[in-house]
Amino acid sequence: MRLVSPVLLVGLWQLLSATGVLPPSKLVSPVSIVHTAYTLITTNNPAYGTLQYSLLVSGERWGIGFSIGIVIAVLLATLTGLSRVAEVCFDPIVQVLRSIPLLGILPLFIVWFGIGELPKDLIVLLGAFFPMYINTFAGIRSVDPKLGELGRILGLSRWELVRHIALPGSLPGVFTGLRLSVVGSLLALVVGEQINANAGLGFMINQAESFLQNSIIMVALIVYAILGLLADWIVRTTERKALAWRGEFTQ
Amino acid sequence: MATARGLTRRFGDRAVLDSLDLDIAPGEFVAMIGRSGSGKSTLLRALAGLDEDVTGTLTVGGQVAVAFQEPRLVPWKKVLDNVRLGLRAAGAETVARAALEEVGLAERAAAWPLTLSGGEAQRASLARALVRRPSLLLLDEPFSALDALTRISMHRLVLSLWERHKPAVLLVTHDVDEALALADRVLVLGDGRIAHSAAIELPRPRDRDHPSQVALRVRLLAELGVPAAAGT
Repeated sequence: MRLVSPVLLVGLWQLLSATGVLPPSKLVSPVSIVHTAYTLITTNNPAYGTLQYSLLVSGERWGIGFSIGIVIAVLLATLTGLSRVAEVCFDPIVQVLRSIPLLGILPLFIVWFGIGELPKDLIVLLGAFFPMYINTFAGIRSVDPKLGELGRILGLSRWELVRHIALPGSLPGVFTGLRLSVVGSLLALVVGEQINANAGLGFMINQAESFLQNSIIMVALIVYAILGLLADWIVRTTERKALAWRGEFTQ
Repeated sequence: MATARGLTRRFGDRAVLDSLDLDIAPGEFVAMIGRSGSGKSTLLRALAGLDEDVTGTLTVGGQVAVAFQEPRLVPWKKVLDNVRLGLRAAGAETVARAALEEVGLAERAAAWPLTLSGGEAQRASLARALVRRPSLLLLDEPFSALDALTRISMHRLVLSLWERHKPAVLLVTHDVDEALALADRVLVLGDGRIAHSAAIELPRPRDRDHPSQVALRVRLLAELGVPAAAGT
């Protein structure tokens, strides 16, 4: 049922393109986007290769940056969430760094790390890190202190308190963080790839822009969107399983 | 089982517990009543070892277990895992299942706490307290949020568990009738001390309208500052 309105919209778009209301120089028709996608998949472009090759390059950047980013974020947030000392040490630094517009850092990264994969991976990493850190931290701090007290009465050790109370209690926050991290890191990927890349979806967009091939740009954007939707779907499916205990009133 | 001497707890200028003395014998069922803010919960928290700012001497022998007004089940652990939480000995699961059986909740062992009714959640909380074989069981108004019928069946359950395991019990309540129905001794907390203490010899189950119960009810309500005519 949720597919009805997007499908109608695409139909309307095709209709407007076919009747000439939407000129191809501004917005190409859905049919020609599909055609372009097919061509990109089947032909090996001398500049950027096939679509699947571009996707692979982008996917690798994203996978590396995203996974390292969320791992660091969860570890650091666990530390600062559980220990006031660690919070005082690290949290202010994170908060200051967070207020710097991420995409503005990119030129500096290029100065520091050159134009290879490193600055791109790093910008994706940061895009994933901040939402993950903030939501995991908030998740840990939102655990009912009465449950901590209960743990003490039941004689739980510090590690058992973390394992049975603090970490599982922070999971709702962790999942919120994951979903925002997916969005944040994809955004960082798109921008990071358009500067000084020689392969990947962003590079494909840049090339297409130089030649005013806006159907290629559309294909690349759609691929980005599919990546985002896919990742979000995976996170939500895992979330439903992991948070089954509160299922009764969220479903 | 528990002895307190000169127990004092201040919040700012106010001494909520003011040099309080208390003795609870092994296996004794003590109920404590008091107006809200009289320090009932503060005393219970002190006995549970949850209050580090309390002064005076406090000796509690053996294992202490607590059941709170809100059942405090860990929502992301199934009922059985809540009961066995913190049990390290081998066979913890068997013991936990037996405790659930005892409180009549065996078939809900695999349920999530959020799916339990108020009475079921309180049973699970009792099972979790019992499974530790406490020599002192602290009950902090555990029945006050339950409906009247559930409360009556919980009273019966607590009495039967107490008769079987014989822990010393301190039941904090604001319900005079609850205290009269369950306890060997009723304490009234006032001005930070035990203002009144009354033993009840009547065998259980007790007739609510027995003359000695009626007289004691009037007396206790008077201690709480409620004139006889307005009694419940």
